[in-house]
Amino acid sequence: MTNKENFLVGIFDDEDVLLHAVENIRDKGVKIKEVYSPFPVHGLDEVLGYTRSRLPIAAFLFGLTGTSLALFTQIWMLGYDWPMIIGGKNFHNIPPFIPVTFEFTVLLSAFGMVGTFLIVSDMKPYKWPRQYDLRSTDDKHVMAIDLGANKVSKEEIRRILKENGASEVNEKSF
Amino acid sequence: MNDTHIIADEKYEFKSGTRSKLFMLFGAGLLLFIIGVLMPSSAEHSPRAEGKEHITTEISKNMVASTQQAEAGHEGGGGEHHGSSTLVKRIFTSLWMNNVFFTGLAIIGLFFIAIQYASQAGWSAGVKRVPLAMGHWIPIAGLLMLVLWFVVKDDVFHWTHAGLYDKGNVEEYDKILDGKSGFFFWPMAAGSFPIFFVLRMVIFFGLWYLFFIWIKKEMLAEDIDGSLEHWYTSRKLSAIFLIIFAVSSSVAAWDWVMSIDAHWFSTMTGWYVFASWWVTGLAMITFITVSLKGAGYLKVVNSNHLHDLGKFVFAFSIFWTYIWFSQFMLIFYANIPEETVYFVQRRTVAPYSWIFFANLILNFVLPFLLLMTRDAKRQISMLQVVCPIVIMGHWFDHYQMVTPGVMKGAGELGLLEIGMAIMFMAAFLFVTLTSLTKFPLVPKHDPMMQESLGHHI
Repeated sequence: MTNKENFLVGIFDDEDVLLHAVENIRDKGVKIKEVYSPFPVHGLDEVLGYTRSRLPIAAFLFGLTGTSLALFTQIWMLGYDWPMIIGGKNFHNIPPFIPVTFEFTVLLSAFGMVGTFLIVSDMKPYKWPRQYDLRSTDDKHVMAIDLGANKVSKEEIRRILKENGASEVNEKSF
Repeated sequence: MNDTHIIADEKYEFKSGTRSKLFMLFGAGLLLFIIGVLMPSSAEHSPRAEGKEHITTEISKNMVASTQQAEAGHEGGGGEHHGSSTLVKRIFTSLWMNNVFFTGLAIIGLFFIAIQYASQAGWSAGVKRVPLAMGHWIPIAGLLMLVLWFVVKDDVFHWTHAGLYDKGNVEEYDKILDGKSGFFFWPMAAGSFPIFFVLRMVIFFGLWYLFFIWIKKEMLAEDIDGSLEHWYTSRKLSAIFLIIFAVSSSVAAWDWVMSIDAHWFSTMTGWYVFASWWVTGLAMITFITVSLKGAGYLKVVNSNHLHDLGKFVFAFSIFWTYIWFSQFMLIFYANIPEETVYFVQRRTVAPYSWIFFANLILNFVLPFLLLMTRDAKRQISMLQVVCPIVIMGHWFDHYQMVTPGVMKGAGELGLLEIGMAIMFMAAFLFVTLTSLTKFPLVPKHDPMMQESLGHHI
């Protein structure tokens, strides 16, 4: 039972209250694990201090892999391994390779991006999602605070949450 | 967000410093043009040039030979029986090519606005006055096009020669062009005055200008009384204009660009010319916007709006490449002589052969790599580098579309062409900036303004 993770879950009714609460709570030195909201809250990622995702870089690298792999495969297959005369064209014939290269670039970059996204967002297939409060899919904003990662005491965090407009504060363990 | 105070009465002031800079630019263009005219052309009348011309004619002849038994004796892709000297031809070609290019920039100003209204876009409310100013070039381009056509037709448009349609004229009769003659001469006899062609030119420019002043009137009336009706009327007019433009831009491309290579045809040309115009226009809008921003104007425009404009330039650079490749690929694969002659000429003869690749680097590789990241699209400095590259690249693209068809092997890219382009650019910017002073730089009662101010991506 000791290796359980304990969370304090603050429930917020209003997104403006939530935005200010996030700011104030972070100012007090409390680390917020995650905030779940039923709809995208504008500016939430900024007040939570999230940096920009590096997913585009991953996408570019996956795309580049696709481009080179497709070009290499076609040039090697049709130019060296099994040269074929098609429409009287050269063996090393770049224009007809371009559509395949383009498609393969898109394919690898899309698959790579989805895969990377699932992994970095902790949505691996074998992973059971943690639900801090089911109402986050309905009408409540849910703020999860990992007690193990915070030096501030539980009672103090509870007080800060209440002070900043949380309608409820619950405890949750996984 | 309550930033209404920043949209108050912003007006562009065309300072004498900017004005004299443009005059100097025009002067520099004129000087280059004159030097280009006076300088003994390296290619003209030299054996090399004749050799080049001979080679292309040979190529075209071989390529087209199989389909042109009917016109034995006719010189392949284009007859060399026109009177004017190479120099005059060069000047005419350059004039025509630049006018087509800048017509595109002007009409895209209106097209951009129409797209914004028809799609009910909110983000662009603050930048709409820049394309509106660009649209003021439409009447000038129209007049210039009409006057120029009568001046350059014998040298630039091979199909205007009456002999081509005369069955009795064994030397010149061209069965292929005779088959296409209705497109130019209807309802008159082939070889007479191309009334249909000229009428189309007049109607297109007339319609474009009509919709331009119409939409402009609504946009400016909105500044005064703030009635929502103006926005709805603009949207309706925009939707009608877009339908008209869809047809007219395509036919205009056949008329003003494709008919130069009279034997050649490609179903992609309409799209190709449009794609080139569109991305150049977007680059121009972006460039003027960031320049105004750099000069302290357009406070309503922030990096989010620049990001959107940058995305437009980025996306449509790729779109242009897609169209370019589609046209090339189909012709390359099908390998039909009357189609391939277009690319054979452009791949084998200098300067077309190097422009062929420069085209792809300037218009695809550079904008693609330079504008790929989010930060690049949001920075004024990066957009100020990429937009001129795209504009220049598409100028080369237009050169490549028009010149080989007229000049054959004797085409050159020298001071004459560069000077002409600079003169046109200076004149275009002068008209645009002068028009920009005539109305508030930022719409006053645009119903989308609030959305534009809160735009955040």
